[in-house]
Amino acid sequence: MNTDNILLQLTQFVLIVAVAPLLTGWVGQCRAWLANRPGAGVLQPYRVLRKLFNKDPVVAHEASLLFRVTPYIVFGGMCLAGTIVPMFSTGLPFAPVADAIALVGIFAFAKIFSALAAMDVGTAFGSMGARREMLVGFLAEPALLMVLFTPALISHSTSLTAIVVSLTTAKLVLYPSMAFAAAAYVMVLLAETSRIPVDNPDTHLELTMIHGAMTIEYSGRYLALIEWANAIKLLTYIAIGIALFVPWGISSSGHWSELPFTLTILAIKATAAGFALAFLETLLAKLRLFRVPEFLGTAFMLAVLGLLVHFLLGA
Amino acid sequence: MSMSLGLPLDLVLGTLVLWLVLALVSLTTPRYPWITRALFPTGALGGLALTVAGLMAIGQAPVVCTLPLGLPGLPFHLRLDALSAIFIILFGVTTFSISLYTAGYLEREHYPAVARMALQYHVLLASIALIFLADDAYVFMVAWETMALSSYFLIVTDHHSAAVRKAGFLYLLIEHVGALAILLAFGVMQISMHHGIETGYTFHVMRSVTLGPGMASAVFFLALLGFGAKAGFLPLHVWLPEAHPVAPSPISALLSGVLLKIGIYGLLRVVFDLLHIQIWWWGVVTLAIGLATALFGAIYSAVQSDMKRLLAYSSIENMGLIMTGMGLTILFLSYHMNVLAALALTATIYHCLNHALFKTLLFLGTGSVLHATGERSLGKLGGLIHRMPWVAFIMLIGTLAIAGVPPLNGFVSEWLLLQAFLGATVFPHPYLNMAVPLGAAVVALVAGLAAYVMVKFYGIVFLGHPREPKLNQATDAGPWERMALTWLAVGCLLLGLFPAFVIGIFRPTLRLLIAHLPNHGAMYGHWLLLAPAATTRASYMPIAFLGAICLTVLIAFIAVRLLFHRRTRRSTAWNCGYPSLTARMQDTAEGFGQPIRHIFASFLRVRRLLPTPDDNLPIYSSQVEDRTWYALYLPIARAVAWMTEAVALLRRRRIAIYLLYSFVTLLVLIVFAP
Repeated sequence: MNTDNILLQLTQFVLIVAVAPLLTGWVGQCRAWLANRPGAGVLQPYRVLRKLFNKDPVVAHEASLLFRVTPYIVFGGMCLAGTIVPMFSTGLPFAPVADAIALVGIFAFAKIFSALAAMDVGTAFGSMGARREMLVGFLAEPALLMVLFTPALISHSTSLTAIVVSLTTAKLVLYPSMAFAAAAYVMVLLAETSRIPVDNPDTHLELTMIHGAMTIEYSGRYLALIEWANAIKLLTYIAIGIALFVPWGISSSGHWSELPFTLTILAIKATAAGFALAFLETLLAKLRLFRVPEFLGTAFMLAVLGLLVHFLLGA
Repeated sequence: MSMSLGLPLDLVLGTLVLWLVLALVSLTTPRYPWITRALFPTGALGGLALTVAGLMAIGQAPVVCTLPLGLPGLPFHLRLDALSAIFIILFGVTTFSISLYTAGYLEREHYPAVARMALQYHVLLASIALIFLADDAYVFMVAWETMALSSYFLIVTDHHSAAVRKAGFLYLLIEHVGALAILLAFGVMQISMHHGIETGYTFHVMRSVTLGPGMASAVFFLALLGFGAKAGFLPLHVWLPEAHPVAPSPISALLSGVLLKIGIYGLLRVVFDLLHIQIWWWGVVTLAIGLATALFGAIYSAVQSDMKRLLAYSSIENMGLIMTGMGLTILFLSYHMNVLAALALTATIYHCLNHALFKTLLFLGTGSVLHATGERSLGKLGGLIHRMPWVAFIMLIGTLAIAGVPPLNGFVSEWLLLQAFLGATVFPHPYLNMAVPLGAAVVALVAGLAAYVMVKFYGIVFLGHPREPKLNQATDAGPWERMALTWLAVGCLLLGLFPAFVIGIFRPTLRLLIAHLPNHGAMYGHWLLLAPAATTRASYMPIAFLGAICLTVLIAFIAVRLLFHRRTRRSTAWNCGYPSLTARMQDTAEGFGQPIRHIFASFLRVRRLLPTPDDNLPIYSSQVEDRTWYALYLPIARAVAWMTEAVALLRRRRIAIYLLYSFVTLLVLIVFAP
């Protein structure tokens, strides 16, 4: 561990927190273009955040302390998740804090807190949202874990940095098992980041909401923190996808001189992934809630199939 | 006893005597009621003494002693080794808090039968301690039966209700089927020896004899049946959801926190200590039963609407996970992969400790809720975080721990178990290699379901609006109860934050059960970092994890206040502009479990009561029933009934017929006599 690596780690931390809303804005802008609308611009999430931070939050009389601390906890959890995923360098001194399994644990941690906070005020929409979010969560988390196990078995490690190092230096360009894992991962990503076809981030119809219903009682700075945490979550999920399935260009040396190059590559990949996400969302229609378990069950089965393929072919 | 046996064993025996004395003293409480106040706190000190004794004994060589008790020529053999010690620690830590809690519990709830309860409770504690010390089949069975009977009497404390008596009977029945199997297991081990009758019943002799695969398998399956009945493995789990809700809360906590672990202790003792060979398909069977039990428990706990039933099914789920770890251990050992076996065994023991702590915490907290409200049904609770903030906060820790999220303790054992699964790719059987990821998938699914269940449990009991007006009168737990709950919550935190340290404590246990283990056991980490292999393979640092989140939260908190403002307005809930909000609009327990009922419909047996269309007062209800009742128990009951009827046909109530039977028997004996 040297100062270079610590600075890299700090750079990544500042970067994910600062850039995450930009990615959300970019996905929104792409969706607008694909729907033939001019769109609000990629900077729109920043304007929304500033507006929300300046407003007075309104908290229900019935709300307990849990309701008020949850946005901070969720924000903290997402920052940690974003910090340990190797995005442009594998020389992250903070990476040993949590491996792939613990990363899934962080997401579960944040999810449980937001579900509990949603039930705190005792409104119908809150508990409905909590129930649906946990429904998505209990199916998506095992699927995510199974997706992560395939590269973990290939590289004999659950450490994300070790996985990336092993995948970038692999002999095979494309592992057949990773193709299954990638398909499953896209499905999990759509579900976990509240995207169509599982959830609609832009919906205004309460009955179809999942994540929106959970956060319906939040306003002001609390809502801003949750929105920001969501943006970081989206960026982190896309970064995990990049690290697992297109890891080329992630530096393993940890030199400052490589930073502009690796950052550019990351930006290109993230931009492409953001566009692909918007494209996918435009093509798909939202599923009925009880089709969601089938959707996620398919993701789970695909991921398990990936593992089995790994054992059958040894690749 | 004149000679000293070493401080740890003295402490354990002293505690045992203390508890027996307390049991006798409790008989005088009807006459001197003030004694009751001192009984349970004094008993709690025994728990503390056991913890200290266990911690001291675990690193030392096994201590044995022979007590001049028992039948003539058949004395009691005791032994305190690393395996007993870790379970004595578990038992001591848990029972300390349960005794403290009971002190407060009896002050609030005036049980008419305090004397009886105190008597049985302390006899139960003493018998459990004796089970962990037992070094021969005789004292083991005596202690086992004492444990079974005293816990039965504790379960039926409220014996005036028929449901309680029925649950108690079920417990006693399954307990005794199990005890028979254990006795047979010891018997099979003994008949395959050529020693004299005097020494054949000690574990020492059983340890010194190597059984053939056939005999060893018989012993293994009998032990699996016997101890499995205690530990609540599928399909012998049926007593758990019946007995836990009807028992007084501290007893439910003791049942779930400690008594289930005795089954695990027994299995570990027989399979890894007394038997010398492990066969790979034992591992497969154990793994399969464990996974089935875990999934079964998780699904059923999601659809319960009684607090204690929900927790009982969740215990079944956790015992399944422990069993899964044990199955992996057997599998690894049978292929001589000792380091991986140690990893799986670490996960098993760690989960035992975890489950003892958080499940005791949850049951005791449930008891406090039950006290304050008189309600066990989730559908009539809610909003208790405002009335009982202390209990609610402690229960939040327990909830997060059992939901298996970092940085609490439930996650550590789950992480270790998954790491063990990821190591399981090197078996010579290709089918085995392929089955193992499926096992990991089930574990992941169970972990996800557990989180769902716990959000349901905590959210419905403590959050939202009170569903009944009487809940507004609920008061927080008293000082004894707070002390007990805090002790357990601190335990959950410590086990979550310092896993490498905890594993270091029970490393001697791993070395006792697994031969030829390298010095580091299966762990490379230091107190800050947990790593089952080299740090590049996998690592987890709970302290840094918690620190990072706390730091980010702090920075965000200060930054928001500095850069913007700290104003907050209080108002009525928004609820999308809908003005009249009532408590009945929240999800009920049934509502929250409905998606699970929908998805896993084929696993469950749901009985629905649908109103007819012209019903003026329509009532819709649905009840989830345990499938094993219909698949296994009722057919057995029918078969037994049929057999008794068949036997009754033979009894014709005529002396001539009976004489004919005797005559035929004599003839048969003469013909077939050698």
